[in-house]
Amino acid sequence: MVTNLLLIFIAAFIVNNILLMRYIGLCPFFGVSTSFSTAFGMSSAVLFVMLLSTWVTWILYHFVLIPLDLVFLRTAVFILVIAALVQFVEMFLKKNFKPLYSAMGIYLPLITTNCAILAVTFLVIDYKYSLLQSTIFSIGTALGFGLVIILFSAIRERLEFAPISRSFKGYPIAFIAASLVALAFLGFVGLFGLTL
Amino acid sequence: MITKQKTNRWKYLTQGIILENPILILMIGLCPTLATSTNANNALGMGIAASFVLICSNIVISAIRKFVPDSVRIPIFIIVISTFVTTVDYIMQAYTPSLHKVLGVFIPLIVVNCIILGRAEAFAYKHNIIDSFLDGLGKALGFTLIIVLMGIIREYFSKGAIFGMIIGPKALISNPMLFMIFPPGGFLLIGIFKAIINKFILNKEVVE
Repeated sequence: MVTNLLLIFIAAFIVNNILLMRYIGLCPFFGVSTSFSTAFGMSSAVLFVMLLSTWVTWILYHFVLIPLDLVFLRTAVFILVIAALVQFVEMFLKKNFKPLYSAMGIYLPLITTNCAILAVTFLVIDYKYSLLQSTIFSIGTALGFGLVIILFSAIRERLEFAPISRSFKGYPIAFIAASLVALAFLGFVGLFGLTL
Repeated sequence: MITKQKTNRWKYLTQGIILENPILILMIGLCPTLATSTNANNALGMGIAASFVLICSNIVISAIRKFVPDSVRIPIFIIVISTFVTTVDYIMQAYTPSLHKVLGVFIPLIVVNCIILGRAEAFAYKHNIIDSFLDGLGKALGFTLIIVLMGIIREYFSKGAIFGMIIGPKALISNPMLFMIFPPGGFLLIGIFKAIINKFILNKEVVE
């Protein structure tokens, strides 16, 4: 049981890293990884919302959609629930947890269209995970997202001052740097027998 | 007046292909581009699925734009888009089950593809049906063009084949560049594409 959970965690965290191996959530990856503080704010907001939305959609799917035979509405229901949840969380934090809100407030609306959140809610259903397994999976995924985005923000900060030819400035060199980081992460494939 | 409208329409259609290409210029919709372009077949499947959703949602949103209150437009866009995504999901499950299995979670994820919501908000909500259709078609062509091009290049270098037909030299087939089929290859390729675009299109505009 514990081994199983640990394997799920490591697979989600490193081996099948959501950004570099699954290519999900790339828009915020290139958008906010320009400095450490934005990267940190974004990844903490992702951790928070991903965990909440996984719980809410898992419960909704297993206790509402399946009994009512409405599985085909999955896509529409999940995206609306996540959008509503993000709005609600934003208002709640603004009222009750000011410091937390100022740390990740501006990233919350962006998260609604972050495909990483929606992808995790679909994946835990496709993999037929239990609620506990889903929790571990979403924490692992969010930490993997944070790890890569924060590591990458350090690289981007260095790239700002590097002498780069004009055509490669900005996005192209960032993609090529991401390619090298992904190559490093490819080395983790096969760890504990976990594959892509 | 009529000629002006015609040139405008022509512009809506052609702009999406190169000058406003969603992937290379606007840098949106990257996730499916990288994830499903491991071979030309998957790339074409993804391109067609996303194009269908984009064109249909552009038409419908443009048709209902006068009844939609401004304050709730985003949830309504999302409902329209997710309807078409669910349709595509089930059609592909029925007629192309193997492709559906390979693309997996990326089909429902079309719903958060920034290109589609972006065009709904920036274009279809403000223009008439024909213009929105042309704009959707143009952006869809631009998206499909790049994703299939990437699929062809990645499949050629990793398997020596295009659309499953083996055409590469023997040396490539016996020693394929497996690197290209894995994530790093996708990132590298799109970086190079973007650099080429910068060299020939963006920089020229800045100089002018």
